[in-house]
Amino acid sequence: MRLPAKHTQRLAVLILGGATALTLCVLLFIIFVVLKTGLPVVNLHFLLDNPRDMGRAGGIFPTFVGTFLLPLVAIAFALPLGVGTAVYLTEYTRETRITHIIRFGTDCLAGIPSIIFGLFGFIFFVVSLGMGWSLLSGGLTLAIMVLPTIIRTSEEAIRAVPYAYREVSFALGATRWETVLKVVLPNALPGIVTGVMLSIGRSIGETAAVIFTAGSSLRLPRSVFDSVRTMAVHFYILAREGISNENAYGTAAVLVITVLLVNMATYWLMHTFIARRAR
Amino acid sequence: MNDAQAKLTVRGLKVFFGQFLALRGVTMDIAANEVLGIIGPAGSSKTTFLRALNRLNELTPGTRVEGTVLLDGEDIYHPACDPVMLRKRAGMLFALPVPLPMSIYDNIVYGVRLCGVRTRARLDELVEQSLKAAFLWDEVKDRLRTSALRLSGGQQQRLCLARVLAMEPELILLDEPCSGLDPISTARIEEALTALKARYTIILVTNNTKQAARVADRTAFFLMGELIEYGPTNQLFTTPHDSRTDDYVTGRFG
Repeated sequence: MRLPAKHTQRLAVLILGGATALTLCVLLFIIFVVLKTGLPVVNLHFLLDNPRDMGRAGGIFPTFVGTFLLPLVAIAFALPLGVGTAVYLTEYTRETRITHIIRFGTDCLAGIPSIIFGLFGFIFFVVSLGMGWSLLSGGLTLAIMVLPTIIRTSEEAIRAVPYAYREVSFALGATRWETVLKVVLPNALPGIVTGVMLSIGRSIGETAAVIFTAGSSLRLPRSVFDSVRTMAVHFYILAREGISNENAYGTAAVLVITVLLVNMATYWLMHTFIARRAR
Repeated sequence: MNDAQAKLTVRGLKVFFGQFLALRGVTMDIAANEVLGIIGPAGSSKTTFLRALNRLNELTPGTRVEGTVLLDGEDIYHPACDPVMLRKRAGMLFALPVPLPMSIYDNIVYGVRLCGVRTRARLDELVEQSLKAAFLWDEVKDRLRTSALRLSGGQQQRLCLARVLAMEPELILLDEPCSGLDPISTARIEEALTALKARYTIILVTNNTKQAARVADRTAFFLMGELIEYGPTNQLFTTPHDSRTDDYVTGRFG
């Protein structure tokens, strides 16, 4: 039996719309539950005080700071490395066996569970290189973890820059490097920023890789060699060890709001950047 | 014409794309300050010939070139010749206008800045000069800082011409520059080209035989990668030596 085209069209709209609505509902429900359980303990003191008694009392200020610093260190390493690799793969080499192997390698890297990165970071950075549990060890480990995302999104963004732009640039006497710097990268920027944003999101929410490499110190870090605790790790420890469920959900609420704010800020930055260029 | 006065001397120029021989040995001289029109049906390697003159073909992997091209007596395919320097001397206008996604001003000084020109006064001067030469100045002088993407198609192509002129090249290579433009925009581009002849050597590839007849001093006819004949435009259109040229210019094929 065949339905008339008009009905299949309606059915398609219904199913697709339903899928979208369901996704949105799940997201809103999660946010609602976390905020409802967590927000009652959140106030200015909770945000700005040091934790006391292992986090049973007091606030979460050092973990708040750690949550910002750790992804920052990770991106500082992963961004130049990842964008550099993407530029090399797209602009400087032809498709050969080697580029396929490199791409296959980065894809494999993307599929590795984060706990493996944590163990690797622990053995390599923390122990072998003697960096200890620190902001640096954690940042480097997260950098390796988000590298495939940054390479892939940057590569796609760079490929999407029209070939004609490069041709024009070359015809005007630009070298390949000048073309990359002045034409390719500025036009690929929104895509690269998207990759960075995804990476920040993953870093902020990461626990397994962080707990093994950055440790879980509740003190404010004074250098990159100090251990830090992120909000995600704090939540994990508070809940796992039954220290304080209220404060655990309070931390989760702040974490969710932080992620939302980071996303909104990045979108805003990106849009103003695009608007400024297209003025 | 002897070699001494030719701006460009092309001898036995062949271009291969992989195994495919696209340009089958072209030999011709192009004089300084002339407008050379190149006509021929689609697929006759007119564009390949043009792109061999600023070595843009080599961006395509697997390209190989044989023969010589002398620009002012210098072999542009000599290993010591830097294609980047060559492209500064031989500006190119593409079939579709491609303004870079930046302001009108930044578009025009793109190449010049790469050459190291930084002083504001000099850049301003170059922008005004080249926009005037491309007959675009009056239309855009009040919005130089706005995006070049907002211009109309015809304006964009004149912007691209101004961008080439700002480099003060010796040679201007035009690859069907009016193929996407309306008759009025086309007329403005042709007007600009005629005025530019005094200072530049211009090679104009066109699908529009009438355009060649209007603008070119001499015209060359390409067919299937071969240069069939070239000579003064009038002669080529009225009394061509080759029957294939005759068939093409009278519209019997192509």
